[in-house]
Amino acid sequence: MNLESPIAGVRKPLSEGSEWSFELLDLYDREIGRVAAHYHLDTYPRQIEVITSEQMIDAYSSVGMPVGYHHWSYGKQFLATQKSYKRGQMGLAYEIVINSSPCIAYLMEENTMTMQALVIAHAAYGHNSFFKGNYLFRTWTDAEGILDYLVFARNYIAQCEQRYGEEAVEHILDSCHALMNYGVDRYKRPASLTMAKEQARQQEREAYLQSQINDLWRTLPSKQGAEREKQVAHFPAEPQENLLYFIEKNAPRLEPWQREIVRIVRKIAQYFYPQRQTQVMNEGWATFWHYTLLNHLYEEGRLTDGFMMEFLQSHTNVVYQPPYYSKMYSGINPYALGFAMFQDIRRICEHPTEEDRRWFPDLAGSDWVQSLDTAMRNFKDESFIAQYLSPKLIRELKLFAVVDDDQKEKLEIAAIHDDAGYRAVREQLADQYNLGNREPNIQVYQVDLYGDRSLTLRHYMHNRRPLGSSTREMLRHVARLWGYNVRLESVDQNEHLHLQLDSET
Amino acid sequence: MSQFVDRRLSGKNRSAVNRQRFLRRFKSQVRKAVSEAVSGRKVEDLERGQKISIPAKDLSEPVFHHGSGGQRQIVHPGNQEFIAGDQFDRPPGASGEAGGNASQDGEGMDEFVFELSREEFMDYFFEDLALPDLVKKQLTAVSSVQRVRAGFVSSGNPANLHVVRSMKQAIGRRLAIAAGPREALREAEAALEELVAAGRDGSPEADELRAEIETLKARIAAVPFIDTWDLRYANRTEKPLPSSQAVMFCLMDVSGSMDEKRKDIAKRFFMLLYLFLTRNYERIDVVFIRHHTVAKEVDEEDFFSSRESGGTVVSSALALMHEIIQARYPTADWNIYAAQASDGDNWEDDSPRCRELLERSLLPLVQYFAYVEIEAEEPQGLWMEYEQVKAAHFAMQRILGLEDIYPVFRELFRKKVA
Repeated sequence: MNLESPIAGVRKPLSEGSEWSFELLDLYDREIGRVAAHYHLDTYPRQIEVITSEQMIDAYSSVGMPVGYHHWSYGKQFLATQKSYKRGQMGLAYEIVINSSPCIAYLMEENTMTMQALVIAHAAYGHNSFFKGNYLFRTWTDAEGILDYLVFARNYIAQCEQRYGEEAVEHILDSCHALMNYGVDRYKRPASLTMAKEQARQQEREAYLQSQINDLWRTLPSKQGAEREKQVAHFPAEPQENLLYFIEKNAPRLEPWQREIVRIVRKIAQYFYPQRQTQVMNEGWATFWHYTLLNHLYEEGRLTDGFMMEFLQSHTNVVYQPPYYSKMYSGINPYALGFAMFQDIRRICEHPTEEDRRWFPDLAGSDWVQSLDTAMRNFKDESFIAQYLSPKLIRELKLFAVVDDDQKEKLEIAAIHDDAGYRAVREQLADQYNLGNREPNIQVYQVDLYGDRSLTLRHYMHNRRPLGSSTREMLRHVARLWGYNVRLESVDQNEHLHLQLDSET
Repeated sequence: MSQFVDRRLSGKNRSAVNRQRFLRRFKSQVRKAVSEAVSGRKVEDLERGQKISIPAKDLSEPVFHHGSGGQRQIVHPGNQEFIAGDQFDRPPGASGEAGGNASQDGEGMDEFVFELSREEFMDYFFEDLALPDLVKKQLTAVSSVQRVRAGFVSSGNPANLHVVRSMKQAIGRRLAIAAGPREALREAEAALEELVAAGRDGSPEADELRAEIETLKARIAAVPFIDTWDLRYANRTEKPLPSSQAVMFCLMDVSGSMDEKRKDIAKRFFMLLYLFLTRNYERIDVVFIRHHTVAKEVDEEDFFSSRESGGTVVSSALALMHEIIQARYPTADWNIYAAQASDGDNWEDDSPRCRELLERSLLPLVQYFAYVEIEAEEPQGLWMEYEQVKAAHFAMQRILGLEDIYPVFRELFRKKVA
């Protein structure tokens, strides 16, 4: 591979000191961009914004949305972030990058040149290419439309606040936020809309909705109810997994503007859904590329040793995985796991061992840039781990699986990093990243059309795991949106009822 | 290549609205925390932000989640000693989701802690006291300013036009602009005179010189008398008001009948007076005098914490205050303010003496004397006596709750505004 810079023979470092300037940012960006192109990283156009630490805290607290509507929970987030930043518990260097086109990444003015270069490589090239390439983002998010949609949402909610009062809007938002994780379509592909179309459609909906589609009201005056009852015995005909969508379309007592707010929260939830499914991959990919790109530049002699020392120090902090017995341990670090896996795939491609050839016959010896690209494009955390976690990495991380069964007195080690355990550990870890297992599986089961209009949700239990302590409060949120009693039933695999809760008791 | 945008100067505080929403939503909790903080603070230490902590469960945002129980498998890194099939006891406290990681800062996850800014803190402090908005504003403003003259500027409001200055400027300009032509004129006239003296009056050179002289004269005449360039305006800038020093006397009865609640009201009363004074004076001394049957000067901690039993002789405190003024605070250098808090109990024969002391020796020395009687069921002996005091700078008030404190200041404040 030819690592020569195009300006042959020039081995001068890009800069010496730690101060940055816009000229230097430009220079570094060009160089990083050149190397990224060398590795065929395909990105959206990049917009890199230099901001102050205060602005960074602002950006943090709006969960990465560059334009957000107002809600107290963002204020809470802001206060918490501000506090931990002031106490120096947290650096604000890496993370904020927005899945939009152009892809917006933030640089903080307090950072050194090294950190700026690191963030440019990590966010503007790493994350950016992931957003553009990964199938989940391609299918579920509309990078070009999102900023417009957020502006629309913000204005719409501000209008509602003026018209109906901040408190009324806040209540709806509280309840919608609580159900945000249940506001996503997991399989249907939403049509992408421009802002103008979105607005036109919103007005149409407002005109229509209340008068037209409400199955619940339509059944009311009919005298031949008894006959119909047999026809529509079960509504909805199939269980619905998207609670917010079901509420938006069917809740009997919501005003049109309230439906629109439900819709806005649902849309935003859908936009963030791929990020929640690809944490390990996304961070791993970005970390892998900042590491690879900057090392490439160093080998070309364009970065000083001092630069590399500083860079490696923060890189190492980011990819540190404390062992389970450490005080700092709080689960598996997605940066560490993701970075290690991408590094490992490259190793398997370039220097496969006999074991690798057995486990990854297609991967061993292939072109690593090509193979990595395939991995990035076509997987999510769950399938990525199931496909690519190698025995070597399991050994390196010393992974082990523990079974916690409340019917047994003791915990049991199910598998460790040995020949008998590799597959089990890998399968188990992949399962751990399956959102369907992590979150309780709750679906709309039935609406009592002819009785008290109560809504029945069903929790399909997985491995007998019950719901947590917030359930009662959550039911009140659902009931606020639905307008009538909401019942929740927990059933196991055999449809055996374990728990039944009503919001009105 | 990437597009770089410098956003550093575009607005910060994008979260200000969200922050306000948060505070509004948890108003009652914040107010309670502020109230506790006020009790814990020193009189002179009111004006700063405050760390507020709210129980985290009050502000949780619920989601559906799994509880403990059922069967779970978890993968952990860093295996040291386990092999497949090992069994061991559940580690304590790790049964729930993700285990219970204690926070590193020792504050515990049960509390949500954040900082209130000075302004926000003051807002909550004022809230209970039922202050009118204008007063709140005056108290929160950082310092008062006076507009003072500051030379002249070349642009301004026509009303501020400074005529003398502008004319001087005009003279200078006319002199300067006409200087060149005048010089040339003088030379031309001298040359013409020479020619005339030489008898060449009618020569073409002389005609030429005459024409030149005419042109130069026209040029000099064309210099305008006054030009917009000359205009000067009086300039004024804002200068912080010169302030001087004041001493504030806090007098409080600490006899057995003053309980914690009464002291807390008294404390807020003193705090508010202190705040008023800080608006007007740069340096403020605070003297704490507590008394039962004898008076004693103490520091703040003793002042609010000690509680004695036994009778009350109020005049002892007044006498001590008088002594201190004589010894340390000459009226020429100091503005003297006094605030007295009591539950109204006094030794029967002492009250007339108090009035005498107040009227004869103290009121002539002080700027303002405020007396509050806290939570007395009915006016007490001291109140009766004080009622007879007639002086513009003496105020008294019976206080049953926090909202009664402010009227005491109304008089004082009106004077300051005027």
